[in-house]
Amino acid sequence: MSFFIEVLAGGLLAGVMYSLVALGFVLIYKASGVFNFAQGSLVFFAALTFVSLTERGWSFALALGVTLIAMVVLGVLIERIVLRPLVNQPPITLLMATIGLTFVLEGASQLMWGSQPHGLELGIPDVPIEWLSQKWNINISQFDLFAAFVAGALVVVLALLFQKTRIGRALRAVADDHQAALAVGIPLQHIWAIVWAVAGFVALVAGVMWGVRNGVQYALTFTALKALPVLILGGFESIAGAIVGGLIIGASEKLAEVYLGPFVGGGIESWFAYVVALVFLLIRPEGLFGEKIIDRV
Amino acid sequence: MLYREAGQFKSTYAQDQQIFPILQDRIAIGALLLVVFVVVPLFGNQYWLSAILTPFLVLALATLGLNILTGYAGQLSLGTAAFMAVGAFMAYNAMLRIPHIPVIGAFIIGGLCAAAVGIVFGLPSLRIKGLYLAVATLACQFFVLWAINRVGWFSNYSSSGVITAQRMEILGYAIDTPASKYVLTLAIVALMALGAKNLMRSETGRAFMAIRDMDVAASVIGIQMMKTKLLAFAISSFYCGVAGALYAFCYLGTVEPEAFVLDLSFRVLFMMIIGGAGSILGSFLGAGFITMFPIFLNLASKSLENALGMEIPHALVSNTEAIIFGALIIFFLIVEPNGLARLWQIGKEKLRLWPFPH
Repeated sequence: MSFFIEVLAGGLLAGVMYSLVALGFVLIYKASGVFNFAQGSLVFFAALTFVSLTERGWSFALALGVTLIAMVVLGVLIERIVLRPLVNQPPITLLMATIGLTFVLEGASQLMWGSQPHGLELGIPDVPIEWLSQKWNINISQFDLFAAFVAGALVVVLALLFQKTRIGRALRAVADDHQAALAVGIPLQHIWAIVWAVAGFVALVAGVMWGVRNGVQYALTFTALKALPVLILGGFESIAGAIVGGLIIGASEKLAEVYLGPFVGGGIESWFAYVVALVFLLIRPEGLFGEKIIDRV
Repeated sequence: MLYREAGQFKSTYAQDQQIFPILQDRIAIGALLLVVFVVVPLFGNQYWLSAILTPFLVLALATLGLNILTGYAGQLSLGTAAFMAVGAFMAYNAMLRIPHIPVIGAFIIGGLCAAAVGIVFGLPSLRIKGLYLAVATLACQFFVLWAINRVGWFSNYSSSGVITAQRMEILGYAIDTPASKYVLTLAIVALMALGAKNLMRSETGRAFMAIRDMDVAASVIGIQMMKTKLLAFAISSFYCGVAGALYAFCYLGTVEPEAFVLDLSFRVLFMMIIGGAGSILGSFLGAGFITMFPIFLNLASKSLENALGMEIPHALVSNTEAIIFGALIIFFLIVEPNGLARLWQIGKEKLRLWPFPH
């Protein structure tokens, strides 16, 4: 039983890591209807910039601040150069543009900082919590708990931003209806720049967390692929969906790997999440928390 | 155009329905076919035939397959490479396990198996749409590669999952030179392109386009959703499967499952978008552009090296290449979202009035 709980908890905490990446997708999709495939490379870019700065002897806070500024500038640039000319194009065109953006970002970040992998330390050891493993014989990593805490804090901050501030109200209005938002005088382009900047911030957090876990390397860009099933499970428009979806995907993936994997030869992590998400989709085509899609002729 | 359709009257329905209604167009396409079928294999050099033209044709076929599904029927798919993998590995198995099977028969079996896989992974399209479907097709991509890697049967229990394409022979002629492989690929691609062109002018093709434009309206006017969508998946995957088989047999020769990773799906998707979604010609233009592009970049960096008299580090070149590639895609999407096929069309219309546009 304690083994089951350990696997479940490990999966839930891994799911939180997926949610961190998925949050960035949701933010941009909510506000601009763009499915931002480049979120994975944004994560990579942020993590690589941060780790390269710290390795050059910058202090933690300074490197974090500078990277944050870089992400904000990048977000504004993306809005200005890529998205603004593509307003009113069909979603597939926008998706393709962000895939193109992926190439640019990956090339640019490796051009700037080189392509060798880096290690990243935050001072929180990735070791099991002692009293848990002694008392209940359950091994849960300290760092995983910290990541979960960060994700929780991030969601609270985002919720406050969305619910309590003037910008948040404008964001929600834009998400509801671009034209109506424009009609009441909300500057669409500023709002989009802000959203991309916030998504850049989320990417930075996700990048640092994943960087500590797996090292900062090119493989970080594939975190986007891990986040996709989370997204379709939770619904593209829902922040709560990203969290709950992440938890479900993380837990089921780990449980399947442990209890189902041996029967089919293992390695099923690469696709199992997608199958779980597909099964959910067949029941609820708009995801768990997505907005109901109503077709009109 | 340097020529016009003036004086060419259509007096029968058959003439009205022709793919190339203008005499000069027919002559031009005839000349083009003559050049690519006869002149190129006779005089083309080995490198061009085996390393550029054959992969171009194979990828054009895959793009055509994706175009049928995404460009015509409107079902976004990111699993093209998986269907190609099914085609390649099943064609290999057909050659291996069925005695005396002709090569073409093996290709068809590969295509049919891909079609079956396509139908299975097309089932969710009945419930989910758009971007959700695109992500769902990623399941196909990962699952198929996993299965090919894990189940030894597919690669005849070779330790690394690598297969080596068997020797090909058609009616006693061995297909083993670059030129003969090129001609075989070209013949198959030309036939299938003609088939696709005609399919899209038929009732089925119109049903596909109706679903793409608005599926609710299409079902209201009596188009069967399930049948048509699954048919689109089946035909598209068949094309991709045959392309995969050609990729293995005529281009690479030795294939590992990793040849069919997600990157290939994206490349084919780029080809479709840059060429023009919903256009047969566009599939070829896009495939040509994306195949040639790295070669041009390579040449450019080489000549830059010569001009500067120093060696540019490899990482710099490959990263710059990625940046230019991505930037170019964004540029294309902004300037002409309908792709090269649309540019071609505009160019033709301009030339038709040239040099007196008013």
